[in-house]
This record gives sequence, structure tokens and C-alpha cells, in this order.
Amino acid sequence: MSGTQRLVAALVTVVAALLLQVTVFPHLAWNGVVPDLVLLAVVGAALVTDPRFATLLGFGAGLLLDLAPPADHTAGRWALALMVVGYVVGRLAHDHSSAQAGSARPAYPLMLAAGAGGAFVGTSVFALSGLLLRDPAVDVGELLEVVLAAVAYDVLAALVVLPAAVWVFTREPGARPAQVTPRTPRRTPV
Amino acid sequence: MSLDTRPPRQHPVRQVATPRERQAERGMPSRSLLLALVLACIALMVVDRTSGDESPVAPVRRVVGEVLGPAQAGVSAVLGPVVALPGNLRTNDALREENADLQARVDALEQEARKAGYDDNRMQEWAGLGQMSTGTGYALAPARVISYGAAQSFSNTVTIDAGSDSGLRPDMTVLNGDGLVGRILEVTSHTATVLLVVDASSTVGGRVGDNMENGMVEGQGGFAADEPLELRLLDDTVLPEKGQTVVTWGSEGGAPYVSGVPIGEVDKVFEDLRLGTYRAVLEPFVDFTSLDLVGVVVPSGGDGVIEPGAFQ
Repeated sequence: MSGTQRLVAALVTVVAALLLQVTVFPHLAWNGVVPDLVLLAVVGAALVTDPRFATLLGFGAGLLLDLAPPADHTAGRWALALMVVGYVVGRLAHDHSSAQAGSARPAYPLMLAAGAGGAFVGTSVFALSGLLLRDPAVDVGELLEVVLAAVAYDVLAALVVLPAAVWVFTREPGARPAQVTPRTPRRTPV
Repeated sequence: MSLDTRPPRQHPVRQVATPRERQAERGMPSRSLLLALVLACIALMVVDRTSGDESPVAPVRRVVGEVLGPAQAGVSAVLGPVVALPGNLRTNDALREENADLQARVDALEQEARKAGYDDNRMQEWAGLGQMSTGTGYALAPARVISYGAAQSFSNTVTIDAGSDSGLRPDMTVLNGDGLVGRILEVTSHTATVLLVVDASSTVGGRVGDNMENGMVEGQGGFAADEPLELRLLDDTVLPEKGQTVVTWGSEGGAPYVSGVPIGEVDKVFEDLRLGTYRAVLEPFVDFTSLDLVGVVVPSGGDGVIEPGAFQ
């Protein structure tokens, strides 16, 4: 997938995830907790693209989440959280896939694990930044409850969302990271 | 001259990439990029946090909202019915159960609504009694009218559900929130018989509130009589006027009637030509056909007694 195509795919995915997250999923909310579709989209992208793209995508998607209408918190919090998610997941996935000698699509359990980890990291970073800024001024117990509920719900959503996101970012044969950055033998014995 | 005796190179020069190049090759974000992004986030947070209402983020938010708002509305409109679908798919059993629940609630509420008027009236009666106690300064023992004497007996008496156990004795004044009801004739331990002021044998000392003229208020007998009460002033020369209020004059020692309890107002005035006196017909304040809660004037401090100033 060329750079432009990937960019368009990322934009469409993130905007669609955002729209679904703020319009449809509140109807299916559990105690007001909705699955973080945008976060899962970033995780999906991080699994199959390179970490740099994932980091930038996380930053952009988080910025969008910070600025899109229902948001009222301090701008930049989701940007930071999703950036960290994109970087961490991208880095781990990248290392893992290079050890595994590049299969195009990650295994399903791996996706779920990445989704759960990403959700935990993302919501935690967001909550922690809120604690530091005293943005919503809630106590830690309540915060933890919401974070855990969000992670649980995210894992549930990840069952469907992550494969979809991964599919979007690997639609074209050229999109494989293994082919974008061909693995050349770097260490040749002397 | 010397020959190059070094062994020929079997391998090309080892190409060692710098760590940065290696990272770039693997698609890793450079350290400076990461740093820049994190700093950007923090700067954004600080700016948004510290600048309050005039945040430079606000116009950006507005623009994003202008773009995404309609999109959100559209998605919501399109997918809303789909999301609501599970709510519409319900089994007959569930619907029947819900119907039964709602029916039960409707019944309960209807019952409550039917009692509401009665409760309101009772509340008003209690409030009136409290007001009367405050206004006249007497302590009142509350009681309910439990039976009316039959018309065949040609006496207008009622029974109330308080007796000597509540400290009631004969010749105590009975009133309600509107005015004077009568006096106690007899008591048992739990009930008392009250002679209403409209009874033909009842005579109450009355006083016109406007000019303090004294007179006698006599009952004419019968609840439904057109002219239940009659006032004869002691001073023949004073003409009662329509609308004047008559209150009790008061007996010695407060028995059988305490003073200052409203009885009624002058409705019609007749001149007795033969005697040269005036006779006034009073409209009692109390509705004697719907007596319920009454109060008996008792010494202050008893059990369950409404003291002056209660309910305020």
C-alpha cells in the first residue's frame, strides 16, 4: 500500500471509528462505558504497519478524539494516550513479527492480546493525565473501575474491530511491512 | 616494490548501518519525532488547560465540530433504528409480564388518586384545627365524629371517639376548624356525646364581634333547617347588620362554652313588631352535615393535645 493510500485508509478508518464510537455505541454502553473504537483502530494499524506510522496515526487520531464534538476535556490527552498506544503496540508487534519472519497478518489471539494491552495502556494514560491535570477530578478507585470496565469492553469489541482494521490496512499486497521494508541480511559474517 | 600480499577480500566491506539508519529502515520513529510528539501533546494540554475560556483550542474544536457534527447526526439517524432493533424484538411473555407490571402500577396509582381528595380534606381539617387552636389560644383534644343521632329523636347530637380516657368531661366546648360545634353532654371512657349548637335545646351566649353586643344564640333544630341559628341581642335597641360575625361570649370557668369561638355570621335580620326587638338569623360557619374532625377544648398539656401554635 503506497503512502497516500495508507493515509486515506487511516483517515477513513479513524473517522468511521470515531463516528461509530460517539453515535452508535452509546446505545450499547455498559454503565456509560463505550468501547474505544478509535483506540482499537490505532492498535490494528500498529499491528500491520510500521511503528512510526502507528505513532503518528495515534497522535492524529487522538487529536481528532480530543477535538470532535462531545469531547470537553483538556485537548491533547487522547493524543498523548493514543500516541503511546501506537508506539508501544507498533514496536512490540514489529519486534515480534521480525522474530517470526513476517507473516502478513498477525494471529488472532495475538490481535486480542494487543487489543487488550493497547486498551489498558491507552485508557490508563488518559486517566493518569486526567489525574495529573485534575481534569474531571474523580478519585482513583472510581477511575480504576472505569478503566477496567473499558478494557473489558474493548476486548469484546476487539474481537470484531481488530480483524477489520487489520484487513483495511493489509488490503493490498504491497501493504505488508515485510515487503515495504525488505529484510536484507544486515549482519554478514566476516 | 612490494607486492600486495594481503589476501584478497573474500567479502565485501561490511556495511554497518548507524542505529538511526537501522531504525529508519525498520520503520521506527526517530527519537526526535517521539520527543516532538510528546512535547506537542504536553504543550497542547498546558495551553488548553491554562488559558481557560479563551483557549486557542476552542475555535479548532468548533471547526472540527462543524465538520463532524452533521456526520454524527447522519450516522445516528441511519444507524439509530438498527441499534434500536433489539429493543423491539421481545417475546410475548416479556410483553405480558411488562403489561402486568404496568397494570399493577396503574391500579396502585389510581387508588392513590382516588384517596387524594379525601387525604387533602383531612389534611385541611387538621390544619384548620391547628389554626383554630392558635387563633383562640385553647388547647384542643382531637376527635372524630363517629355517629349522628337520628332525626327521630328530635335532638341534634353526635358521638365522638374520645372520652374520659382522653380527659374529656361533660360541658366542654367542641369546635372544629371552622367554628363552634357544640358542647359535650355525656362521656363514656372512649366516646362522648356532643350537643350541637343547632339543637333546639341549645343556647349559647353570643357576642357580635363588631360592637361587643351580647345576645343569645339559640338552635332551631335540624341539620338541614333553613334557619338553623337565631340571635337575640340583649339590648333591644341595637340592630344587627348583615355580615357581622358572632363569637361565643364565654361562660364562667370556660364551661360549657369558652369565649371567642366563632359561631356564624348574621344572614338576615327580622324585627319583632310585637316585642319591638330584633331577631337575626345566623349562618353557622360549621357545616353540621359533614362533621368529621373536631377538637375539644381541654386543659393544655394532655397527651395528643393540639397546642396553640401547632402545625406552623
